[in-house]
Amino acid sequence: MSGNSRTGGGADARPLSPHLQIYRPAITMTMSIVHRITGAALYFGTLIVIGWLASAASGPAAFDTAQNLLGSFLGRLVLFGYTWALFHHMLGGIRHFIWDTGAMLDKHTASKVAWASLGGSVALTLLAWVIGYAVMG
Amino acid sequence: MSMRTPLSRVRGLGSAGEGTGHFWKQRLTGVANVPLVLGFVWFVICGLGSTQAEFAARVSSPLVAAMLILFIVSGVVHMKLGMQVIIEDYVPAEGTRIAALIANIFFCAAVGLVGVLAVLKLAFGG
Ligand code: HEM
Repeated sequence: MSGNSRTGGGADARPLSPHLQIYRPAITMTMSIVHRITGAALYFGTLIVIGWLASAASGPAAFDTAQNLLGSFLGRLVLFGYTWALFHHMLGGIRHFIWDTGAMLDKHTASKVAWASLGGSVALTLLAWVIGYAVMG
Repeated sequence: MSMRTPLSRVRGLGSAGEGTGHFWKQRLTGVANVPLVLGFVWFVICGLGSTQAEFAARVSSPLVAAMLILFIVSGVVHMKLGMQVIIEDYVPAEGTRIAALIANIFFCAAVGLVGVLAVLKLAFGG
């Protein structure tokens, strides 16, 4: 056995199970992939959150710079995306907790819950931003 | 017939020697993240347009500071665990994989420490 190879290539090639592209895309599969993508996006998005807190701790000048950067059009666009990723990943995570109990795993229920979490994430994102703009006046 | 030794079976910790530890910590931090993320979003919305002095004054509330620190700590532990799984899934070459796993831990530790220090400084009169 070659210790480094996990791909099954070479002399000890073994049959592999069919990979993603074999299957017709289903909403559950898409939402599973999106859960991973949003998780990875949030991973790097944490830099924004921590950078923002660090700027506040560094004093008024640094905080103003950060606020101007985040308040720019591009900044708002990134934050809007971050908000959606956060809510989508949160609902996806809650879906995982429900599945962990064994509930809602059958195909049709799972598809409905997947659509609901997509719709819910969009709704929560819009709600947060509407409240945000209302607060700013 | 099981190929595992009786000792490994009785320990029940699997090939990574961790048992369900990783899974459990991912769930635990995930559950904690739900109220903490909502609290953080609320914190951001309520502070929109505030000056640095107003911001610091809000973080000087122990409740707010505690919420922020919990959010940071639970968040970086959770994202360390999550990124570890992603690396293990996609990086087959052992050397690169170990380097990536180390970088992941260093990144999350550094980001978490800077965040907690920032909150503490603000909390104690930044
Ligand atoms: C808002 C509340 C959150 C909940 C309920 C939650 C829940 C979860 C759960 C249950 C998993 C495991 C999924 C699986 O086993 O396949 C997971 C994975 C992950 N989470 Fe979270 N999470 C939350 C917030 C966050 C945050 C704030 C970050 C980043 C800073 C993050 C980053 C990740 C990453 C990188 C993964 C790995 C994704 C994967 O393996 O596909 N999560 N999350």
